[in-house]
Amino acid sequence: MRAVARPATILRAVPAGRAHERGRALRRRGLAVLGVVAALALWQGTVLLLRVPRYIAPSPVEVAVALRVEAGTLAANAWPTILETLGGFLVGNVIAVAIAIGFVHNRTFQHTVYPLAVTVRTLPIVAISPILVLLLGNGYAPKIAIAALITFFPTLVNMVDGLNAVDPQAQELMHVLSATRWEVFRYLRWPTSLPYLFSALRIASTASLLGAIVAEWIGSNKGLGYLILAATYDYRTPLLYATMAVASAIALALFGVISVLERYAVPWRRAEGATD
Amino acid sequence: MAFELADGALDVLRGITLTIRQGDFVSLLGPSGCGKSTLLRLIADVLTPTQGRISVLGASPSEARRHRVLGMVFQQPVLLPWLTAEANVALPLRIGGWSRRHPPASSPAALLQLVGLDGFHRARPAQLSGGMQQRVAIARALVSDPQILLMDEPFGALDAITRDRLNEELLRIWTQVRRTVVFVTHSIAEAVYLSTRVVVLSPRPAQIRRIVDIDLPYPRRPAMKDTPEFTRYTAALRAALGEAE
Ligand SMILES: Nc1ncnc2c1ncn2[C@@H]1O[C@H](COP(=O)(O)OP(=O)(O)O)[C@@H](O)[C@H]1O
Ligand SMILES: [Mg+2]
Repeated sequence: MRAVARPATILRAVPAGRAHERGRALRRRGLAVLGVVAALALWQGTVLLLRVPRYIAPSPVEVAVALRVEAGTLAANAWPTILETLGGFLVGNVIAVAIAIGFVHNRTFQHTVYPLAVTVRTLPIVAISPILVLLLGNGYAPKIAIAALITFFPTLVNMVDGLNAVDPQAQELMHVLSATRWEVFRYLRWPTSLPYLFSALRIASTASLLGAIVAEWIGSNKGLGYLILAATYDYRTPLLYATMAVASAIALALFGVISVLERYAVPWRRAEGATD
Repeated sequence: MAFELADGALDVLRGITLTIRQGDFVSLLGPSGCGKSTLLRLIADVLTPTQGRISVLGASPSEARRHRVLGMVFQQPVLLPWLTAEANVALPLRIGGWSRRHPPASSPAALLQLVGLDGFHRARPAQLSGGMQQRVAIARALVSDPQILLMDEPFGALDAITRDRLNEELLRIWTQVRRTVVFVTHSIAEAVYLSTRVVVLSPRPAQIRRIVDIDLPYPRRPAMKDTPEFTRYTAALRAALGEAE
């Protein structure tokens, strides 16, 4: 007796579901654009209506002009910040993942290092930054270190959770199959942790940019952080806003790249309907 | 067998002496929480007995485990959601490089066909119903060609209709592969319908109340469930379970 649904039924059901899904996604994106446009219009209207001076709060149009006119300055200062952000992102996450893997395989290591990591975490980043500048000089190194530090902790915590989130029954299965620790890691722990890793990476993408900018405030003569300070002191407020827009675009781009990677690395999550 | 708990030891199994013949389909029947899963876990070397000895085809459970003498099916399918149905079935072959040393008698694709999932090789677990997932789990348990199949309430989480259908399928598979099956259930009718022999366990600490041979011919048909012989067996088992209370 073989009374199972034919595969054809599933094949027919899938495209219909996809089309529906795409329609909803489109609608969601439309609403997001609408929200941004409405906010900009409100801002422009308020500034015009209340005659707010440009150096206090420029209108969106003035910011757009600054983005065009100062494009060279913005680009020249964006590159160092992008480098520091990516560098810090990479270093911080790689170390965090490596340490998390160490934790789940060696409890002694975890009990020695975790409290230390928590302590480091409680130090305010603005207070550590000058110390790191003193230690590492004025180049890229301290900025990357600070961006790495700020991304490190959320990834560590998420990864430890993710690697431990394995189904106990699946562990029992691995035991029955006489899997080695490495095989349990490769076939069970690592895939289980991937959704957790990607949530962490999304947090890290904005955090590492924040770290890079804060680091540039402490000691730098280039970068978006430096440009924010310079524009503020000179009352070039439209440039200040334009710098913010560039910073936000960098964060969004990194966020977007991670979301695309996640689709390829964790395809089963979509099959389970685990969206948002 | 006793579990060490914060407030002392919990005696789960006591004085169980049971010999399972090769090729038999043996059901362990007992109330929830009596220790059926524990007994199965002891055979599978997931737990080590605090007292007593278990021998699997003359070897210790841990040797049996390393030689994949046992295949295990749990109450939940326990499939890896990131693998396709076929890759889930093939998992035991990848672990320890098993298929390099022991070329499988039947390929994962052939086993999917055996359990009635032809055409679903590339489906992910989330795309399969509960019954279909449990079929994948059965195929996975069979892939490294074990001598003994341990099944812990494999259909307990399924609806009655799916459960009946999978009972039919399991009997068909069993008559085809002829492995020893140790099947845990708390359904009297399921135990009678499937088994050559039913072991009735008392509530915790589990002891053997009765061992009943089911002399109904194979292939068994759903219509047999209404015959007087069948009812006599279910009545006897119900009585044996009742004594235990
Ligand atoms: N690892 C464990 N530690 C402590 N107690 C356990 C453990 N596993 C099972 N038990 C207890 O042992 C008893 C029998 O459990 P189990 O074998 O799962 O029963 P069942 O017959 O329903 O499968 C239950 O009371 C359960 O709470
Ligand atoms: Mg149980």
